[in-house]
Amino acid sequence: MRPEMTAAPIDNSFRGSAARNAAARARLLRGLLPALSLALVLLAIAWLNPRAISYFGFNLMLNLAIPIALATIAQMFVIAGNELDLSIGTFVGFVGCVTATWLKDAPLIGVLILLGSIGVYALLGALIHLRNLPSIVVTLGMSFVWQGLAILVLPKPGGKAPDWLLAIMSFKPPLVPFPIIAALLIGLVVHFGLMRTSYGTILRGSGGNPAALRRAGWSLLKTKVVLFALTGLFGVLSGMALIGITTSADANIGNGYTLLSIAGVILGGGEFVGGRVSPIGAVIGALTLALAASPLLTFMHIPPDWQVAANGAILIIVLAARVLISRKER
Amino acid sequence: MVSLKMLLTKPWIWSFVGAFLVWLATITFTGGYGAGGMVTAALSLAVFTVIVGVGQMFVITLGPGNVDLSLPANIGLASAVAMKVMGGSDSMIVVGLLAALACGAAIGAINYLLIWALRIPPIIATLSASFIIQSVDISFGRGLQIKPPPGFADFTNWQILGVPVLAMLTVLFTIGAAIALRRMIYGRSVLAIGQNIRAAWLAGVNVGRVRFLTYTLSGALGGIDGALLAGYFRGANVDIGNEYLLASIAVVVIGGTSVAGGKANVPGVWGAALFLVLLLTMLNTFGVSAGVRLLLTGLIIVGVITAAGGEKAVR
Repeated sequence: MRPEMTAAPIDNSFRGSAARNAAARARLLRGLLPALSLALVLLAIAWLNPRAISYFGFNLMLNLAIPIALATIAQMFVIAGNELDLSIGTFVGFVGCVTATWLKDAPLIGVLILLGSIGVYALLGALIHLRNLPSIVVTLGMSFVWQGLAILVLPKPGGKAPDWLLAIMSFKPPLVPFPIIAALLIGLVVHFGLMRTSYGTILRGSGGNPAALRRAGWSLLKTKVVLFALTGLFGVLSGMALIGITTSADANIGNGYTLLSIAGVILGGGEFVGGRVSPIGAVIGALTLALAASPLLTFMHIPPDWQVAANGAILIIVLAARVLISRKER
Repeated sequence: MVSLKMLLTKPWIWSFVGAFLVWLATITFTGGYGAGGMVTAALSLAVFTVIVGVGQMFVITLGPGNVDLSLPANIGLASAVAMKVMGGSDSMIVVGLLAALACGAAIGAINYLLIWALRIPPIIATLSASFIIQSVDISFGRGLQIKPPPGFADFTNWQILGVPVLAMLTVLFTIGAAIALRRMIYGRSVLAIGQNIRAAWLAGVNVGRVRFLTYTLSGALGGIDGALLAGYFRGANVDIGNEYLLASIAVVVIGGTSVAGGKANVPGVWGAALFLVLLLTMLNTFGVSAGVRLLLTGLIIVGVITAAGGEKAVR
């Protein structure tokens, strides 16, 4: 068995044009895999309940897709720098609690708290780089910190979302449902920023080959701080979007997002190491998870006891399909 | 003095120092009251974290990305299986323990099967598996209110001169784990794979088999932990293992094992487990609210890891 089974296939693209074409085709198919997974889930839903494929149906089914997509993008930034954020879920919960209390009652203080929390993320990036700490442990510790702060801000479930936020999240554009427009927008903006700008390339390079980047004169401290700050920023957006939908908060509201966001990045074609991530893939991965999580299961008449298992099974099936396709291509 | 100096260079010593300081702070607060009882209670509770911590340590040592996220679900299911098989009768204790062990080992083996067959990162594989195990547990353990056999419950709470017997047995087990890691081919292979999987493969280490064994071992330890927890807390419960996801990873890393793999530390797991349990006891003694307790726990974990520092980059 090959030992590097979890690593990406390394392209041997110097072996003439035939090999290069095959490699390009494999890469293209690999890029299309997240979209294929989403299509698979959509087909299953359409087959089980054709009426769900409508403006109203999508609005309902993709209700929670926006915060999940934003949290997945947040996770994607740290993964691009070869780190992992195990605190994003409780952070989203903390942001939610602040949004439903301070941001409504005293907007200025609320905004300052949220900006401060992005600053904390930036500091964590600096700490992790300067002391060479494992991000898994630091963010594990931070997950307790955010949860504790969330309980202090909002001891009992409640609070209320600011009216402007409710208005944004219940926006009903003509023809295309809002969650789809929002997901497209998020994916395209981040894709442009991370994949098409020169500093975006540097950011991904900090995960791909940090040593080369340092020798070329770039500051790895700065890239790490920027990546963590971006994670904080999208975590804040995710928490706010979540409260805009649920209208009130609870200290535990975001706990599931840590694992969802990691699964979303991987479903979207991202790798844990090497700075290989895809913003559009991540958004598609998040949509797939959001759809597979409950609408599909409800239509399949799966009893509540087994819904969690069905979630796991869907994750496994999608990943198995991915392996089959990439194997055929090789 | 030389031996003291050598002791101070060991990475695991700091977790014990931390545990001792926390204990000292607490008994200063209570004016010396309950100092011994606190150690006994800490030992009893730390045992459960140490058992899964050792399993998690072997998995993490396999290298970056290797982690077993299915432990909480595994513990929950095994606790239900153990209680059902024992059925409250003393004569079935050993059979029940073996059933829990087999259940855990099977989960570990399935975990590796997913990683190997689907070539997916272990984090995602064990996560997907844990979803399925959770459902099996909910469905299987529904309304299950079987008390552990009296003999088993007494055994898990048995103390000799204030030292829990379970803790003594666990010390023996961890010594065994340390020997396996340092002196046995299996342990050396785990370390070799963690340091450089390709080099280990080229050197003739059967990478697939060692990884399979390691995930199975972690699963089996989760299973036995579930049975013991059910005995100690007098009953199985779907949520009984929930706190052991974070705890198992935290004790491994605070204990000085490298998350980059290839470097394991058995004594540190004990020190870190005692530290975490005593920390919670201290915050409870101080009477702080749940929010402050979580906040301080988090800050202290981040503080400890920052003070201990990461290892220098190899490249």
